[in-house]
Amino acid sequence: MYLRDLVTLTSSSFLTYRMRSFLTGLGIAIGIAAVILLTSIGEGLHQFVLQEFSQFGTNIISVQPGKTQTQGGNVGIFGSSRPITLEDADALRRLPYVEYVIPGLVGNAEVRYQGRTRRTMVLGEGRDFSKAFTMKVQSGSFWTDADDEQARAQAVIGSKIQLELFGDVNPLGQYLRVGGQRYRVVGVMESKGQILGMDMDDAVFIPAARAMELLNRPGLMEVNVSYRADVDAEVVIRHIKNRMIERHGREDFTIISQEEALEVLGSVLSILTFAVGALGAISLLVGAVGILTIMTMAVTERTAEIGLLRALGARQQQVLVLFLGEAMMLSALGGVLGLLIGIGIAQGLHLLVPALPVHTPWIFAALAELTAVTIGLAAGVVPAMHAAKLDPVEALHAE
Amino acid sequence: MIELQNVCRTFIVGDQKVEALRDINLSFGAGEYISIMGPSGSGKSTMLNMLGLLDRPNLGTYLLDSGNVTDLNDEQLARVRREKIGFVFQSFHLVPRLTAAQNVELPMILAGIPVEERRARVQVLMQNYGLSDRADHRPDQLSGGQRQRVAIARATVMNPTVLLADEPTGNLDQATGWEVLKLLEGLLAQGITLVLVTHDAEIGARAHRQIHMLDGRILSDERQTP
Repeated sequence: MYLRDLVTLTSSSFLTYRMRSFLTGLGIAIGIAAVILLTSIGEGLHQFVLQEFSQFGTNIISVQPGKTQTQGGNVGIFGSSRPITLEDADALRRLPYVEYVIPGLVGNAEVRYQGRTRRTMVLGEGRDFSKAFTMKVQSGSFWTDADDEQARAQAVIGSKIQLELFGDVNPLGQYLRVGGQRYRVVGVMESKGQILGMDMDDAVFIPAARAMELLNRPGLMEVNVSYRADVDAEVVIRHIKNRMIERHGREDFTIISQEEALEVLGSVLSILTFAVGALGAISLLVGAVGILTIMTMAVTERTAEIGLLRALGARQQQVLVLFLGEAMMLSALGGVLGLLIGIGIAQGLHLLVPALPVHTPWIFAALAELTAVTIGLAAGVVPAMHAAKLDPVEALHAE
Repeated sequence: MIELQNVCRTFIVGDQKVEALRDINLSFGAGEYISIMGPSGSGKSTMLNMLGLLDRPNLGTYLLDSGNVTDLNDEQLARVRREKIGFVFQSFHLVPRLTAAQNVELPMILAGIPVEERRARVQVLMQNYGLSDRADHRPDQLSGGQRQRVAIARATVMNPTVLLADEPTGNLDQATGWEVLKLLEGLLAQGITLVLVTHDAEIGARAHRQIHMLDGRILSDERQTP
């Protein structure tokens, strides 16, 4: 029997029972649509979050003080870690493959300009901040003092600070009070908006050494190291680790590479997408029951026809294939319909709510269709086996 | 051509043993015209199923074209049915969803014969049986006589050795019935062995060889020269 004939024979039964086949296919379609819709939103969210996390650039390694570990002795002796200092940052700057080293810490302080006061985020950073991270300075520039320790009191302000404190006044060259100290404004950042709840526009950037003093902190919260894009993160991490151990005598710091963090985050989000997809798959089960029902009915209705086919020389296997083929085709067509509905709704939602990220990778669509066909196959097996095993004589005389 | 040796077939119905065929010995030659008659329950239907390889004997041997077909497996049986046996039923047994031409094509589809050859063979048969203008009609658009002609075309499309007809005129009016009968008898010239099961004595009398059955036994086996 040729595949073409199989298609002709099975489609003849769809054409005869149009409504019934359509409704059964619809059962699968709704399941597939739910899976596609949910995974599209999950995947869209996945990409959105990754994009949020990686918008500072991906080839950045962060070194933070302290290391979480369990020790045999008293935690008091070994538990304390040395702060990471600007000297440490300087030392990292001389490592191979390293492009920029940005010492960093963050805190809150009051900023004031001509009677207007605002409590805002103060970021102690290095002079290469805007080069290492993908954040642009709109006007002016970061301070250029080569010595981090001796950096003068200069500040770069976020666009919101400019708007709130300066209004129409050009802030460049103006003096701003940050926590009681006078800072000359040398640059204004381009608006970046919220990043994971942190409003980067409502921030003031000042040299790290001054921020440490201002916030009364003994060391840096982190040192961000950007490295050449063509180098493996592992290599840079090894260099950083060795140099830091050299300086601190032991590993009392934690190294986090953006790449690894994104990988972990990515896998977590993938699991999330998979989970919502599985949730949608529950409705596929209902569709499968629909196919099982309709195929069981079909075998009962066509018992005499099965007898005839056997009399005409059909093997048991051919009868099996005919009914399995019908179940699979029904679910495959339902699957295609479901893909169209699912992708359609996803895109429609995206048009209605542009903030909702939606993404349907073709591999998801292909997997969903494959699932539909597999479900048809699974649901069709029992009725098809029953059909194949019918006794030809009894089947022929069934009315 | 066809030979049944000591064939027995018993069924268990409830807790009762029904002996549908008891020690049957028969042999048919090529081109023979046989009618099997008897009251219901006489075993003639079982005999037909046995000859058509739809049923297996409990005991005995069945030789078809000098090959032993008694102990073949399902696949081999299907092949023999496909290639050597044609069925015509009282209730036509056409697939309602397929056109007349597709119904005739069905055995060739199952046999995996290429499309072009199928088309050609269907066309010739439809023409021979005066169904050319009905090829694209579905069974419910055909008269009883036309339906049975489609069924006969389907039964002969694989050029079988033997054609088994189970009350082929049972659902037809007399005139149409005679027509169908003549069509079947016309096949004898091609060397087909025609086995007709009927309880209509008038129809049975047309056969060259008449077998009467009762209680699973052959009561009489008479040949008449036409």
